[in-house]
Amino acid sequence: MASINDPLATAIPELEADPTSAADTTLDIPPELLAQSLGEYVRGWLARVRHGDSGVLPVLLAIVAVAITFELVTPNNSFLQPSNLVYIFQESTAYMVLAMAEIFALLLGEIDLSIGSVSLLGGVIAFKLVQPPPAGANLPWWLAIGAALLCCAVIGALQGTLVARLRMPSFIVTLGGFLLLFGILVLVLGGADGSVSVSQSDPNQSVIFNLDQGLVDPTISWIGLAVVVLTASALIWRRDSLRRRSGLVAQPTSLTAIKIVLLAGAGVIVVALCNVNRSNTGTIAGVPWIIPIVLVVLVASTILLQRTRFGRYVYAVGGNPEAARRAGINLPRVRTWGFVLSAVTAGIAGILLGSFFFGQLSTNTADPGQLVLYAVAGAVIGGTSLFGGRGRIVHGVFGGLVVGGIAYGMALLGLAAQYEYIVTGCVLVVAVLVDVLSRRGGAKGSGDRD
Amino acid sequence: MTEALLQLRGIDKHFGPVQALHGVNLDLPAGQVTGLCGDNGAGKSVLTRCIAGVHEPDHGRILFEGQPVHIRSARDAAALGIETVYQDLALADNLDIVQNMFLGRERLRHRLLDEDSMERAAAETLSSLRVTTVRSIRQPVASLSGGQRQSVAVAKAVMWNSRVCLLDEPTAALGVVQTQMVLDLIRRLRDHGLAVMVISHNLNDVFEVADRIAVLHLGSMVAEGPVADFDRQRTVEYMTTGGKERTRTRVPIVSGEAG
Repeated sequence: MASINDPLATAIPELEADPTSAADTTLDIPPELLAQSLGEYVRGWLARVRHGDSGVLPVLLAIVAVAITFELVTPNNSFLQPSNLVYIFQESTAYMVLAMAEIFALLLGEIDLSIGSVSLLGGVIAFKLVQPPPAGANLPWWLAIGAALLCCAVIGALQGTLVARLRMPSFIVTLGGFLLLFGILVLVLGGADGSVSVSQSDPNQSVIFNLDQGLVDPTISWIGLAVVVLTASALIWRRDSLRRRSGLVAQPTSLTAIKIVLLAGAGVIVVALCNVNRSNTGTIAGVPWIIPIVLVVLVASTILLQRTRFGRYVYAVGGNPEAARRAGINLPRVRTWGFVLSAVTAGIAGILLGSFFFGQLSTNTADPGQLVLYAVAGAVIGGTSLFGGRGRIVHGVFGGLVVGGIAYGMALLGLAAQYEYIVTGCVLVVAVLVDVLSRRGGAKGSGDRD
Repeated sequence: MTEALLQLRGIDKHFGPVQALHGVNLDLPAGQVTGLCGDNGAGKSVLTRCIAGVHEPDHGRILFEGQPVHIRSARDAAALGIETVYQDLALADNLDIVQNMFLGRERLRHRLLDEDSMERAAAETLSSLRVTTVRSIRQPVASLSGGQRQSVAVAKAVMWNSRVCLLDEPTAALGVVQTQMVLDLIRRLRDHGLAVMVISHNLNDVFEVADRIAVLHLGSMVAEGPVADFDRQRTVEYMTTGGKERTRTRVPIVSGEAG
């Protein structure tokens, strides 16, 4: 009989005592759980891809496809240049963070349609508060950002309470919230054409201006990269070796090494691209501040969702609310906090968006309705399920990059916004189709369920 | 006869005008499997929920180790070591086996989830119950077969030093091989000294695994006793007619003498 905590035995098919499950289960298990060698890992992974459960592979392919397509169709093949790529990343960060915000709601099996308005409102509040009186309060930048995010948290808590305690459909609550906050946003801006700006010259306001626009010195970029890669590698290596030592199933050592090499390689490419001089006249080189900022949001959210009790409960509520309830989980509290996190993350995106538009926020430069659709598109394209319980925060980064890449490529081609909508809409529908089909494939995997 | 671990005495429960249970007596001795049979609407589920803390009986006493107890919530039941595995199992498909087994009772280290410790404990529980057909305890529950899911649900219920385990239709919707797997698991729970109650329509399964049989008919306990006192035909008669056509003396109904 195969012993459950013996990794070697579990991989040997003859020991499978339950014949009905043998064929079904093989393909659904993450390959790293069974594989003892790199070859087995690759075979297991290929089997899963064929089975329709491919993790981040589709979105990585989508990124490559977007890059190649626009490189071919843009005049003079000008898409894949360091200056463009850095610009795309700066533009995409708002979409990435918005997609992350949406993922908090999607994981719970809910949807937050208000984040377009919430995000702009959060940005506008922060921008207003750093203005000198009488328009603003001349607050220090950190206090202004904190106050803006607190407002977003309150909005999220109100919407979350309606959804979680009264069980109103989140679709309707947040659609109402979207319109209501859009109206408030226009009022705060002083009219449909109103705008609010932070200046690069004011020392306090320039911090907010530089969140997206500011650059890290090339030398410091390299040092920072080395620190990040070394820390991450040490953590990954330590975790895997601890698991191996305590007799738990762990990834093959070679795979751990390959992951670290890939991580370092990707980091080197990004930093090297950013450190190329992007200006025709003077010198513009360096990693935009936005990259470490997004990294911090990504790591913090990932730890929250993957390593804490709250995160586990988010997945449980999204996967099977009844099971979560019987396990003693306070469903209303988890759902409400999910909406709070969604709104706060959206507020961060709004501030970054203003910084990306050279310190100016208005409903003309960023349309809240478009933002929320891009957020949902980014999350789903990245691989997060619309049906709850499946997805990771990192999906928002990849999905946001696809959305931003398409937006920039269409602009580079000189196509009007309506074509951008058409293409993004098609990509969104295809992503949802993949989501639905992979769910159906997953259900087929365990056929004897009711 | 030694006193049963869990004793129900004169349990009444009604919902509005509907009397669901009439003065039900039931013994669940430790180290034995009690099969609870009854037709639809006989009150099996209501009785189970009274023990599990979902419903509170209107009248009657519940004795745990001879002491009267009040079970007002699932939490009260869990505190006594009474765990229930419902028919729908309540597993989150998107979580893996370890995550499901520890759902709501996660272990923390430095305020973060202690995955390695939970994984070891889950593996120990599963191997002590000899649930060895799962390929990896880190696979999502969605990829498990019906029998494996049932096994995980049972293991989840009994890994917290449970004394009493109530199983609602554990073999419904399972194939032959998987049913055997679950019945073996039930025998192992008994061998571990738990008081097990199996609610089932399937008399084949009940007779295969039960040490004692109790039959409910229209909210009343019409027969209760060692499995040797029953045969299938008589059990069916008790289930369908309450045994009115026969003399009930062949199968003594346990009355309140132990209480």
